[in-house]
Amino acid sequence: MIFVKRYLIPRLIAYFLVIWVGITVVFFIPRLTPNDPVMRMIGEMRARGANLEPGAMDGIISDLTEMYGLEGSWLDQYGAFWSRLVNGDFGVSFFQFPAPVNQLIGNALPWTLGLLLSTTAITWIIGNMVGGIAGYYTRRRWSRAMDAVAMVIRPLPYYIFAFALLLIFAYLVRWFPITGGASLGALPSFTWDYIRNVLWHSFLPAASLIVLGGTVTFQTMKLLVQNVNAESFVQYAKLGGVTEDRIVRKYIIRNAMLPQITGLALSFGQIFSGALITEIVFGYPGLGMLLYRAILNGDYNLIMGITILSIVGITTAILIVDLAYPLFDPRVRYV
Amino acid sequence: MRLLRDLFKDFRFTFSFVVLTIILMMALLSFFSPYDPTLWNVVPRDMRPSGTYLLGTDSNGQDIFWQATFAVRNSLVISLISGLVSRAIAILVGMVAGYKGGSVDRVLMFVGDSLLVIPLFLIFVMLALLVRQNMTLVTLGLMLAAFGWAWDARLIRSMVLSLREREFTKTAILSGTGTIKLVLKEYMPFTTPLVFSTLINNMSWAIGLEITLAILGLVNLNIPTLGTMLNWALFYQSILLGRWWWILTPVLLSLFVFIALYWMSVSVSEYLDPRTRIQRVGT
Repeated sequence: MIFVKRYLIPRLIAYFLVIWVGITVVFFIPRLTPNDPVMRMIGEMRARGANLEPGAMDGIISDLTEMYGLEGSWLDQYGAFWSRLVNGDFGVSFFQFPAPVNQLIGNALPWTLGLLLSTTAITWIIGNMVGGIAGYYTRRRWSRAMDAVAMVIRPLPYYIFAFALLLIFAYLVRWFPITGGASLGALPSFTWDYIRNVLWHSFLPAASLIVLGGTVTFQTMKLLVQNVNAESFVQYAKLGGVTEDRIVRKYIIRNAMLPQITGLALSFGQIFSGALITEIVFGYPGLGMLLYRAILNGDYNLIMGITILSIVGITTAILIVDLAYPLFDPRVRYV
Repeated sequence: MRLLRDLFKDFRFTFSFVVLTIILMMALLSFFSPYDPTLWNVVPRDMRPSGTYLLGTDSNGQDIFWQATFAVRNSLVISLISGLVSRAIAILVGMVAGYKGGSVDRVLMFVGDSLLVIPLFLIFVMLALLVRQNMTLVTLGLMLAAFGWAWDARLIRSMVLSLREREFTKTAILSGTGTIKLVLKEYMPFTTPLVFSTLINNMSWAIGLEITLAILGLVNLNIPTLGTMLNWALFYQSILLGRWWWILTPVLLSLFVFIALYWMSVSVSEYLDPRTRIQRVGT
């Protein structure tokens, strides 16, 4: 019970507060811009050649007016905004007109989730393992070579790195497809052919996410292991004749892993943004591609839906990691 | 002088110093450009690199070398505005939160942590979509600055928290130093190295985000930056048409800028950290 009172409830309050701050920022963005957001968006749609019937246009205008305030005081607007969100109503998309935003996001979500979950898990495990070993044998030549490679890859932004991979492996040597999540005309099914097709298409996007994210994990883990390695309990274990293998696995890695768990939770937002950008580069049919098409068509509703959904998704993921933390750290006990 | 000599012992510092000097000179060259960067068709289109057109010309009829000088300058301006303004916010928030403590601290840090968690890229997309038509270098820089301070404010706060417990703080307070003077005169020097290395990181982040937003077409495409150059090159399918000189110019320039900025920040902060300095300089 103390666990609930001391830890769970404050943590849940923080969780809802973060979501509240995020969505409030989203609420204020169209209102802080100098020009009328509704007319601005209509203009944006017209400029991109969206041809809608007059009736449909009126519907959109009233929809937008309701969605982006402009009726009643800010407080009223804020209340109306929330009551729509709580009902899970993000409005309709403009560029695929009658389709609700929810449905479009629902179609794209499995692709993004599949890519994101698998690459994050692989990145974290490989990055920590390699970083841990390289940190223990920090004076070896291969450890230094890896350091040098990491120093070059680490500063590159997702777009530039993904684009460089695309240029080299899809245009220059043509090992992988340039765009898409599966070959055109391939029917989704649980056959080996289809799965292989999907894996082949997702190789480059996944590789770019894993290499770029893994470099960061590698560097931080290496530093952590170097620090733990200098601690007196490790020296003592060495003097006491504990085998090296056991020291690395049981003492060093386990201790260095803990900050990495918190680090993973904190970087979810960045990883997610990176995945969206990577999807755009490789034309992968997930949320990133949906976002890209929404931007090209000035589809504000859809962008807002994606943003709000990702705020909720990311904070929830962080909450789960936080709540699972005691499983990894035996010192944390809420009894 | 001693400081510079020690810094130049590090290969990474020398490399980034040389690269950044060249980049800076390129940016300054833009003031002597024979062409107006906003005009199209001032030179023949799609020429390969040659003596007359150092890096060739593009499909808009612009000279790529001179266009690149403007691009570098504008990207640097955006990143400097973003870096300096967000540093000001980070110092203010970090110092106030760290020194005041209590509920002020909790509220400020909560806002900062929320910004860390929220996918900022999407927030920028929403903002840029709405202000794109009136977007200038300054507005873009300020936009990035408004969201780019959270992590660094946290670092400064934790530094001030530990400084507050030191002996000299009590001496200063007991001898009647005011809060503002104490923070500015006594604490600022301690945070300066941190502010400098985070400034470089923030600049690199700002350039990267500008490129990403520009490729999505979310900035004013008539202002040449590294991002908008890349956008035009992609728009005209320069890869498929084999116009490598056009696409490679912004890609390679940005690669060098990112690596140079990162190496400089790592090298300088390693130098400022006494533990790693001993390993390196040996004194």
